Amino acid sequence: MRKEWLGMILAGGQGARLKLLTKKIAKPAVGFGGRYRIIDFPLSNCQNSGLDTVGVLTQYKPFALHSYIGTGTAWDLDRTYGGVYTLPPYADEKGGEWYKGTADAIYQNIEFLDIQDPEYVLILSGDHIYKMDYSEMLQAHKKNNADCTIAVFEVPWAEASRFGIMATDETGAIVEFAEKPKEPKSNLASMGVYIFSYAKLREYLIADAPLDTEHDFGKNILPNMLNDNQRMFAFRFQGYWKDVGTVDSLWEANMDLLEDVPAFNLYDPSWRIFSVSPVRPPHYVGLTGEAHRSMIGEGCRIYGKVDHSILFSDVVIEEGAVVKDSVLFPGTIVRKGAYVEKAIVAENSELGEFAIVGRDAAEGPFGDNGGVVLIGEATKVPAGARIRKDATVGKDNV
Amino acid sequence: MKNVMAILNLNENEENLYELTKHRPVAAIPFGGRYRLVDFALSNLVNSGIINVGILMPEKFGPLIDHIRSGKEWDLDRQQDGLFILPAADGNAKRRGQLSRDLENFHANINYLRNCRHEYVIISPAGTVCNINYKKAFMFHLEKDAEITVIYKNVGSDYPLEGALTMAVDERGRVTDMAYNARETHNDCLAMETYIMKRTVLIEIIDNCIARGQNNLAMDGILRNLDTYRVYGYEHEGYIGRVDSVYSYYKHNMDILNPEVRNDLYFANGLIYTKTRSEAPAKYSSSAKVINSVIANGCLIEGTVENSVLFRGVHVARGAVVRNSILMQKAQVEENAYVDRVIFDKNVRITSGRSMKGETTMPIVIEKNYII
Repeated sequence: MRKEWLGMILAGGQGARLKLLTKKIAKPAVGFGGRYRIIDFPLSNCQNSGLDTVGVLTQYKPFALHSYIGTGTAWDLDRTYGGVYTLPPYADEKGGEWYKGTADAIYQNIEFLDIQDPEYVLILSGDHIYKMDYSEMLQAHKKNNADCTIAVFEVPWAEASRFGIMATDETGAIVEFAEKPKEPKSNLASMGVYIFSYAKLREYLIADAPLDTEHDFGKNILPNMLNDNQRMFAFRFQGYWKDVGTVDSLWEANMDLLEDVPAFNLYDPSWRIFSVSPVRPPHYVGLTGEAHRSMIGEGCRIYGKVDHSILFSDVVIEEGAVVKDSVLFPGTIVRKGAYVEKAIVAENSELGEFAIVGRDAAEGPFGDNGGVVLIGEATKVPAGARIRKDATVGKDNV
Repeated sequence: MKNVMAILNLNENEENLYELTKHRPVAAIPFGGRYRLVDFALSNLVNSGIINVGILMPEKFGPLIDHIRSGKEWDLDRQQDGLFILPAADGNAKRRGQLSRDLENFHANINYLRNCRHEYVIISPAGTVCNINYKKAFMFHLEKDAEITVIYKNVGSDYPLEGALTMAVDERGRVTDMAYNARETHNDCLAMETYIMKRTVLIEIIDNCIARGQNNLAMDGILRNLDTYRVYGYEHEGYIGRVDSVYSYYKHNMDILNPEVRNDLYFANGLIYTKTRSEAPAKYSSSAKVINSVIANGCLIEGTVENSVLFRGVHVARGAVVRNSILMQKAQVEENAYVDRVIFDKNVRITSGRSMKGETTMPIVIEKNYII
């Protein structure tokens, strides 16, 4: 029985702009929202959209991602017929090559795709936060008898030159595609989510492979298809979508969740985001503890004050400590009297007693975290230390 | 512990649990904001290295099976060994106030016992929460060259003994007495209805008892055989919470608010595993006021919560006040409602402005799905 469609999630990137957060793990494995990892969003979207087979293409430091995904049980992808496949680069008779670009990554997995034999292939990136029903996009693709459908969303005109912009006609067919145009003809930006008819995709990947190009969808495959007048359509997406590729955009997206009525609703029972959760008892707020406008994960012990912050699992806030506008990853300990504001603190770090993180004005040149303090994993900030806004502090340079 | 198997003997006394067990067996009662009673029993076994667990099904086994399913969360979803569902004997019903006929359930599954290859068996109930290391108890059993080891907790002389199985142990550790629901004699030791013995001894006991019209494991199987077998008592020194009445259920959940109890119950010898759900972290609004409480994932807190245990997905609206209460999954306390010393089962909703107050010794239990 031929498979109708399968998903290929590009999860190989480092996400270098996330600095210490991706020192040991790939970007899609970075935590989000007090419980999730970024990869949970594309994976859950696939599961909720009815896909039963998903390939996850990994490359940069994939160990955490591989062991997190496991056999895909959390996303109902532990299946006998189908399931989740982690696809790192591999060696063949000629040697082996790293994935050189988004299109090359798919090209190198043509043998995998041939075995699965799908009619359509959904390609998406593993590092965006959004909820989307890809089956609606597939419907549109089939209805239009398209060779390629590209998901797009409206961006403010002022920002259009930062994106890959699609200009369409009244039927939704794409007439022009410009990567970061100085004078954009439309404000429909590509989301990096594509559905291809596999036969056509295969053709174009094979044609591009031997050439000296960047082997990138946006830069090579899509323009090639457009030039050949292939049937290409835009599919409009509406809803919250965020690329959390920088420290401050990651921080912002987390803060977005704390609104009374957040733009991105994690509590939607009709579109659950699945994840692998640690086995912990529910969190505890003590007699001296306080929490407002925050999200708190399991196993936390709160004896201090938490305001407008997100705490992952097993975070301890001691008496007298204050946490504001921050994101604390699992196992963080904030000792007595410490103060932390507008910070992202990675796993298992400890902020010593009366340390002040992020409140004081910058003394030297500004960092480039957009004002957010970034503390790397397993970093022990000594008691009484002062860390200015926008600093990046890891265990090696405390 | 490769040659040790386990049997969960789930024939608890439900008499004094009323609404809490109307639709579920004792083993499936939600506890501690996240778990069900059976999670402790199962986790203790797997943490001790036991990978073969047979579960004697109680009446109303539906919610239990729905919770345990293949046993994957306890790593019991296996090709060899793993989880085994053992159906109850016909006429499983407990008689009011009297002992259970649990040996009949064992007897109905005697072929299962005969076919297992393990040398030893640990029998555990689910009605008592504790975090215990069976490896130590098993070592004790071997060291003493015991034929039966009974695990107990020294509870002191003012522990309520109604409906309890108590016992006495001499200076060598030998069990000298066991009594059920005895009001006059005061044995300070609470038997935890947990036994270690050779599988062949268990089979012998089952057969001998059933053949003579006897059907209670503790009284007929163990007490009557104190002279036939070398029966030793092993003391569990950690916390126990025996859930056999609404009052004790309430008290032990409130005990969870104490960090020492939490550290013991949830971490002492291993983690407590349970069925996982995909629920987002709890969310606190700007008007949230939470003190001395346990809050599970998926809760939305906009009001005041004090000295309470909230299970997943509970909503406490603006102006609402929850004190000294236990609110199970998806309970809702609407705006300006007030509850104190209540136990809300799943999905119970108290509407705007209403209030309900129980007493510590008599918390008000509201059956699931009720709207007040």
